[in-house]
Amino acid sequence: MASVNVFKPKARLSNSNILFLIAAVIFVVMYLFAIISFPNSFLQFQTFFDLFNLNAPLIIMTLGLCIVMIGGGIDISIGAVCGLVTMACAVFLESKMGSVWGAVLVALGIGIAFGILQGYLIAYLEIQPFIITLSGLFLAQGLLTTLHKDPINVTMPAFVGLRDFDIVIAWLGTKNRLGVFIPSEIKLGTVIVVVLLVILASLMKWSRFGRNVYAVGGNSHSAMMLGINVKRTIFITYVVSGLTAGIAGFVYIMTTGAGNVGNAAGAEMKAIASAIIGGTLLNGGVGNLLGAPIGTLTLLVINELIRAAGVQSNFQAMVSGLLLYFFIVLQSVIMSLRDRRRFSIALPPWLRLSGKEQTGDQREP
Amino acid sequence: MLSETILEMKDISKSFPGVKALDSVDFKLRKGEIHALMGENGAGKSTLIKVITGVYEKDAGLITLQGEPIHFKAPEEAQNKGIGTVYQEIMLCPNLTVAENMFIGRSHSPVVNWKQMNEKAGQLLDSLGIPASPVQELTSCSLAVQQMIAIARAVDMECKILILDEPTSSLDEDEVHKLFKLMRELKARGVGIIFITHFLEQVFEISDRITVLRNGKLVGEYETTSLSQIELISKMLGNVLEDITKIKKHEPIVSDTSIPVFEGIGLSSAAGVRPFNFVVQRGEVNGFAGLLGSGRSESARAIFAADKVTGGEVRMKGKRVKIKTPLQAMKQGIGYLPEDRKGDGIVDDLSVRDNIILTLQVLKGFFKPFSLKQAQTFAEEYIKKLNIKTPSPNTPIKSLSGGNQQKVILARWLLTNPEFLILDEPTRGIDVGTKVEIQKLVIKLANQGMSLTFISSEIDEMIRTCSRLIVMKDREIVGELKGTELTETDVMNVIAQGGKNICTN
Repeated sequence: MASVNVFKPKARLSNSNILFLIAAVIFVVMYLFAIISFPNSFLQFQTFFDLFNLNAPLIIMTLGLCIVMIGGGIDISIGAVCGLVTMACAVFLESKMGSVWGAVLVALGIGIAFGILQGYLIAYLEIQPFIITLSGLFLAQGLLTTLHKDPINVTMPAFVGLRDFDIVIAWLGTKNRLGVFIPSEIKLGTVIVVVLLVILASLMKWSRFGRNVYAVGGNSHSAMMLGINVKRTIFITYVVSGLTAGIAGFVYIMTTGAGNVGNAAGAEMKAIASAIIGGTLLNGGVGNLLGAPIGTLTLLVINELIRAAGVQSNFQAMVSGLLLYFFIVLQSVIMSLRDRRRFSIALPPWLRLSGKEQTGDQREP
Repeated sequence: MLSETILEMKDISKSFPGVKALDSVDFKLRKGEIHALMGENGAGKSTLIKVITGVYEKDAGLITLQGEPIHFKAPEEAQNKGIGTVYQEIMLCPNLTVAENMFIGRSHSPVVNWKQMNEKAGQLLDSLGIPASPVQELTSCSLAVQQMIAIARAVDMECKILILDEPTSSLDEDEVHKLFKLMRELKARGVGIIFITHFLEQVFEISDRITVLRNGKLVGEYETTSLSQIELISKMLGNVLEDITKIKKHEPIVSDTSIPVFEGIGLSSAAGVRPFNFVVQRGEVNGFAGLLGSGRSESARAIFAADKVTGGEVRMKGKRVKIKTPLQAMKQGIGYLPEDRKGDGIVDDLSVRDNIILTLQVLKGFFKPFSLKQAQTFAEEYIKKLNIKTPSPNTPIKSLSGGNQQKVILARWLLTNPEFLILDEPTRGIDVGTKVEIQKLVIKLANQGMSLTFISSEIDEMIRTCSRLIVMKDREIVGELKGTELTETDVMNVIAQGGKNICTN
């Protein structure tokens, strides 16, 4: 006979996943809208790839930032660190001992150094992350202008070869107006984005460290009581974010080929916006790394759309600001409706990962 | 038969600023016994537990685990040595799945094997009869289920010692029995269990030994069978019992025609209290009784609009008024002394004087400050009236003891001369002497015509001071007691019966 308390847990989407789903839907809708409005440009595969080719640094920064934000922190130094790395690499490459691999080491070294410094101050001395990374932002900006003030165009042959290197996808392409078939091209930066995305998303989903980050972001006191080394976990998130900022810097200079004082200025704000659109909550504990590129792309498509529509640049900024408001409100409305249990998306059976999830049903007599 | 000792604590002391929480306490846990740790709020039970598990560092003393001296600096170290702890507040992460909450922080493999983890969690949940799915997010479980998941986690850690700090406060009778069954099974396996609870019946039902603490000092260790309930209570309360019985109750000045000071109809708040009606007469001391999480604080907060009010209407002396914010409530003459003294009450770095005049200043408006002389007069008056022990009115409040801090906040409200004052857990975590002082003060204020609502987690304290008790369970009023019905058993009965009604619904 059935007991009095028949309990049937529903496989309910987690908050991280539902926010990711919202982000994905918004992106698809925006992209479809773009295709309908401007078919000649958005229907080309190259346009889609160029979103990655030209904005790889931003996506990479967003990935690192997402990890910090899931852990309940924030890192606003990433744009300035990225800028500093481009200039440092440019100076190094133009010097006598310059080499491409050396530049990679310079980029990673600067990123990790910032990560360790800031991570230590935030995790072990328990200082507000906002203040620490704001200081980091100023420090990196100052170092950048001290290093070199004028733009440097890197002319080193090995690097120029790397900069101009394209991966041609012969079977994907578009015919131009003259009827000549032009194959699509992918830059190395895009490949790095994909590789990092796979590595970091797996890290967050399947590694002990990744799950600890979620726990710390969800409730750091509980996480401590559950036996998680909270300080070390927070420390590592900032090191990872520093590292991705360093990689982003290298990819940046690999794309533009020049060190410039204005490189990646303000990118941290775009990265924060991308992370939030991608479904990572500022409060921590909720987010999905796959949302990082989705969020960045959504932001970029919006900008492209506005530009293609021929709107003045000051309106562009305004419109993207308003749209950001809209997304955030939409997210919080859905989340609060969900908390009141009026709104819930139960997973359809065919989407469930394995039979294990139906333990509740098996318990039914 | 002498059973083997697994945990021994000798001369443990621990101080916090202004309070000596533990004063050379001894404690001994044997293999396969259930050992109840008893004492009033603030007796030092939780501190003792936190010293064992490495949340706090002891100031002095020695702890040995199976003869080996131990000194934990973090909970994970205690966990690795086989000491599992379940706290009163649920220490789990709401954004993780049930299975993750059971296994996180324990595995040393750098990779998470979700399939294996979910399987193991599923088996454990089934074997303990916990109605949850491993892949559920923890937030979607009820509080009781969350608590049982915390226990399942501790049980699975092949622990030698299991510490249960008030695990039953959010469980219903059925769930408590399930828990006891589980505890007996673990006992048979040789696990030493430390059990803390406020429910005396539960102690006598399950425990083998009882250690009683009072004011951070050890009263003694007893065999459960050698102790009666009354003896236990007197050991917990000490000689205070006599002092307290001298408190004379005050009956409200009510006639049939008198208009209530406060009348709430269908009040509800965003914190989740079901709509309730509540009437306060002039010069009355009443109270909300109920277990932890029953909604007693939430109701008080709804009256003061400390949580967002979602419905209902309020009449003050028969006149309908709008109370949507605490400021509006204050302007209507309602005062509220919050449960969370540290978070909602005191302003740490301000002086005693500034803390006392704070509320009156708010009511007067920030652009019309009091002169220093005036503020000084107010502060001195109430420091004397309430016997606040402070070096001077200029001393920062954070350097005062808990009881004196509480009196400062009380002074703050009395200065505004409210008609209706709500005291939410005013006696929690303060020394017994001050507790009695505060209870006497409540009666005195009522005699002067003020209406008070007194909330305490110690029912005997409420029975001593209140002339009327509103009993709550599951965020709903389940009964009202007054006069001769005001006994602890009556309150317990109402809570128990109220629960049954809800179950059959």
